[in-house]
Amino acid sequence: MSFWLRHLPVFPIVIPLVAAAAMLFFAEARRVPRLSIALAASLGQIAAASALLYFTTDSAPYIWREGIGTYSIGGWPAPFGIVLVVDRLSALMITLNAILALSVLVYSSARWDKLGVHYHPLLQLLLMGLNGAFLTGDLFNLFVFFEILLAASYALLLHGAGTRRVKSALQFIVVNLTATFTFLIGVALIYSVVGTLNMAHIAAIWPSLQPGDRGIAEAGAAVLGVAFLVKAASWPLNFWLPGAYTAAGAPVAAIFSITTKVGVYAILRLSSLLQEPLPLGGSWLFYGGIATMVFGIAGMLAARQLQRVVAFNIVLSSGTLLAAIGLAAPTLIAPALLYLTVSVLVSAAFFMLTGMTERMRTADPETADSPSSHPVTYGAFQVGEPPDPQAPDAEVGIAIPAAMAFLGLAFVCCALLVTGMPPLVGFIAKFGVLSATFHGLSSGVDPARSWVLIALLLLSGFAGLIALCRIGMRLFWSVTGRTTPRLRLIEAGPVAFLLVLCIALTAAAGPMMTYVSSAADTLNDPQTYIRAVLPDAQESAP
Amino acid sequence: MELVCALAIGVLVGSGTWLLLRPRTFQVIIGLSLLSYAVNLLIFVTGRLVIDRPAIIGPAGFEGSSAYADPVPQSLVLTAIVIGFATTALFLVVLLALRGLTGTDHVDGQEPEP
Repeated sequence: MSFWLRHLPVFPIVIPLVAAAAMLFFAEARRVPRLSIALAASLGQIAAASALLYFTTDSAPYIWREGIGTYSIGGWPAPFGIVLVVDRLSALMITLNAILALSVLVYSSARWDKLGVHYHPLLQLLLMGLNGAFLTGDLFNLFVFFEILLAASYALLLHGAGTRRVKSALQFIVVNLTATFTFLIGVALIYSVVGTLNMAHIAAIWPSLQPGDRGIAEAGAAVLGVAFLVKAASWPLNFWLPGAYTAAGAPVAAIFSITTKVGVYAILRLSSLLQEPLPLGGSWLFYGGIATMVFGIAGMLAARQLQRVVAFNIVLSSGTLLAAIGLAAPTLIAPALLYLTVSVLVSAAFFMLTGMTERMRTADPETADSPSSHPVTYGAFQVGEPPDPQAPDAEVGIAIPAAMAFLGLAFVCCALLVTGMPPLVGFIAKFGVLSATFHGLSSGVDPARSWVLIALLLLSGFAGLIALCRIGMRLFWSVTGRTTPRLRLIEAGPVAFLLVLCIALTAAAGPMMTYVSSAADTLNDPQTYIRAVLPDAQESAP
Repeated sequence: MELVCALAIGVLVGSGTWLLLRPRTFQVIIGLSLLSYAVNLLIFVTGRLVIDRPAIIGPAGFEGSSAYADPVPQSLVLTAIVIGFATTALFLVVLLALRGLTGTDHVDGQEPEP
């Protein structure tokens, strides 16, 4: 194997780390070198992610057997050293992350990155944490990457300052720090009886635990599950989310649309390895997911601000995914993954769109970023005078024609995708989940719970439609107090890019479904994962 | 020894949780610190409490697995301390910023209605 191929799994972590460090050599005011490094890093991540995606498909089975690649950091063999594991789920998440990162980067270079200092290094560190969390095969390493992404997300949430952001960031930090300690308690409990932190090794040992140790290990897994549920925004652990995601700047909220999915990813990964939905002991995950869906629906209907509706939609999509995983029907995983893909892409596009529609109502002081609210950090970091944040709008920059038409069209596309209405891929994803639930009925999945999920899925689409129709009418059809914003190509482009990608996914739903189905097959058979990470491990006999 | 450790962890978690639920940001940060001490102690004792056993293999070579303390929790606890400390320090900055912006130390940024 060539050098590049051998070290491929580590690139999604190394590229943003090196880029973030390199950017610090240039002063904040030197935007061109900083932006070029960020752009190069994002393109590099897209290249690495596409390579990972390609090598985990069935088209290149000779490179990684069964589509799972491993990378031992420092060359230490698996249960002792830390391994990175790329399976189809990881590759999918990393690709999503890279696509989102590029769009957010381009979008924020129009004006958002000037609202505070060190936006681009922080964004790269966030990406590093996300990629690492998707790749790692070690429980404690997962904790470390979670902390990297959280530390970066605290700072990004504060980006632009202002009382509202500082207030919600404070609450966000408290909740996440508490979740961090919960995470550590779970890891410690599991380590104390299983004696390993490698996830594949834990899964291999799990069935043969002594009855006395089993209780502690399961308690540990349950505590760990609670920590993941906080990140995944499951009710009742999600009251921090709407405030934080509404207060965050539009591009920050857009990249945050994948950070809640890290919690979902971790739950999916460990549930698959331990072969039981994570908080363990029955259907807690399912009921948590259902309660989250209800909370999301109620929130969407109650919210009066577009960004808040989208924030509640994140809650709703998390709830849908958790309920689908919690139902523990093997056929449900593949459509759930498709739903996750669509939901991440469209939520990000929607958040960025929100940043542009906000400017139609500049009279609203609550949402506009007034110049007085941000320069605090400039003095603290001694990087000189802040550039005038209002200036870029007046500056040269290719503005797109028919701004209102673009905004309206993008809004309609987002609404269709979010609510799962035909003809776009949102419908296919939602229909896939529904049909898999119906199929589950005939193969012994609890009918009462399946019907609850089906009813809530339909209801959530309907509620989303009502909420978005109402907001859209007020936003686009009310005549008073509206100004047509001047949209620059680099702002509108990323939104259009994400939406075109969703439309392309509609056309390519077949290949996409094949990919997520094989990802689901790997998840449904944890032995594949264990074999790949620990090739010469004995099947541990009791 | 085990009992003392267990009691210490329990008391720290109890006090930390109580403080975490208080409305003042200073109480919250002290609660978070107590919780982090408790968690660090818990991680440390997962390697079992042993005395007079090194965590590294000495010049005499490997002397059997019972002659050593488990080194993994010790390294884990180091990482956990550093990360917990750093994020708590960050929280302190945000706490002060909110105090400066709103003039109150309530976690909601405003005093509750009387």
